[in-house]
Amino acid sequence: MDGNSEDLGKLPLDAWHRAHGGRMVPFAGYEMPVQYEGIMAEHLWTRDHAGLFDVSHMGQLLFHGPEVDKALETLLPGDLLGLKDGRLRYSMLLAEDGGIIDDLMATRRGEHFYLVVNGATKQGDIAEFERRLPRTVALDHMKEQALLALQGPEAAAVLEALVPGVAELSFMQAGLFHWDGKPLWISRSGYTGEDGFEISVAGRDVEALADALTADDRVRPIGLGARDSLRLEAGLPLYGHDLDGSTTPVMADLIFAISKRRRSEGGFAGALRIMAELDNGPAQKRVGLNVDGRQPVREGALILDGEGNEVGRVTSGGHSPSLGRPIAMGYVATPLAEAGTALTLEQRGKLFQASVAPMPFVPHRYHRKQGA
Amino acid sequence: MSLYFTKEHEWIRVDGDVATVGISNHAQEALGDIVFAEVPEAGKSLSKGDDAAVVESVKAASDVYAPVGGEVVEGNAALADDPSLINRDPEGEGWFFKLKLADAGELDGLMDEAAYREWIETL
Repeated sequence: MDGNSEDLGKLPLDAWHRAHGGRMVPFAGYEMPVQYEGIMAEHLWTRDHAGLFDVSHMGQLLFHGPEVDKALETLLPGDLLGLKDGRLRYSMLLAEDGGIIDDLMATRRGEHFYLVVNGATKQGDIAEFERRLPRTVALDHMKEQALLALQGPEAAAVLEALVPGVAELSFMQAGLFHWDGKPLWISRSGYTGEDGFEISVAGRDVEALADALTADDRVRPIGLGARDSLRLEAGLPLYGHDLDGSTTPVMADLIFAISKRRRSEGGFAGALRIMAELDNGPAQKRVGLNVDGRQPVREGALILDGEGNEVGRVTSGGHSPSLGRPIAMGYVATPLAEAGTALTLEQRGKLFQASVAPMPFVPHRYHRKQGA
Repeated sequence: MSLYFTKEHEWIRVDGDVATVGISNHAQEALGDIVFAEVPEAGKSLSKGDDAAVVESVKAASDVYAPVGGEVVEGNAALADDPSLINRDPEGEGWFFKLKLADAGELDGLMDEAAYREWIETL
């Protein structure tokens, strides 16, 4: 959602990014830092230490009302009734035809449900929720809240030093903490494949918190460029690229987000189509791709079978800084989705050999408690 | 030996009738981390403005145009194994290709180094 710079919003950390050497670009209707010292260095720093990301463009929505979990279950395929307090789950807002309107994180937060949705899609999501949820459910768009992510193997030690107790959280668990008297809603989650946290903080307090975090030598600010390469290596889809209204959770290989009870009971938007795809397999499926050679193959490249027929398209692709070679993801006809299947990619008239790769490309290192 | 620059942020170092072509420090800074470069092979004939080489950073692919016409006498083989040479030494070891000038008149109107450094300050 690019736009003229006059139309772009400014995030609470705008001046902070510029002071730290951030190169600002239009993204999701805001000016945001694409990089500071360089995408490659920032990417590798996050894998080895701790990276601080400003993701305040994302929408933070708070829902409440009688049976809010049950109401949200009509639009999201995840098990929300069974979600314990202070636990979060990856889910999707679905259209009536089962297409994905957005992907999101949903947390049970006492009487409320707290959803974090994509920045570029948040206004459309709010309109969908308001139109399709019963009037008894109230929706609060928490525009005054900023959102930071601290990601990497040293993130827990860094944040524990500032906010004692956070290291006790396990992956996909969240809670209310305080720092310097200011409330922070912290979840152990992220979009890099690393251990880490996402921190919801009042916009007026975010600069002080960002300063406190980067005062630790283990932390460096990380831009959108490395955020994209990190999530690609982690096999995580990006809405508007790997997911959109024409893809379903089954096509996108996100079946884990449709819990067992929902699969047998249905009762969510698009359930008929999604349950049929679960039984019979979807026509196309999202896969990872290892690309031969060194040249990156990017979004929009064609995927061809052995006979040169178009069988899909690359939806994300680029150089993997951790692996030192090109990787991609895209959709292919389901019979070609098996790991190891040889495929040809076509970009600007040039052909590349590739094979279907298991994802993630770089193993996840989430902090899961023993036995949990 | 004379050094010229284009508004496409390429440099051309002319020694006799051989021109060495690369991208400027300003260009490599704007591109960011370079992960791939493809240069033309010796013997290829290029006209001014032709697609001559490809350079890809982590973020995007860019074409490098032939700033002057001629026959390629050498592509920089070192870039295939180490494209980051372009980031480290863009106006030296990170050169792209050398060509035998077809028409030295095509150099007319290009900027000299001082004019180029002054011009990029205005961007």
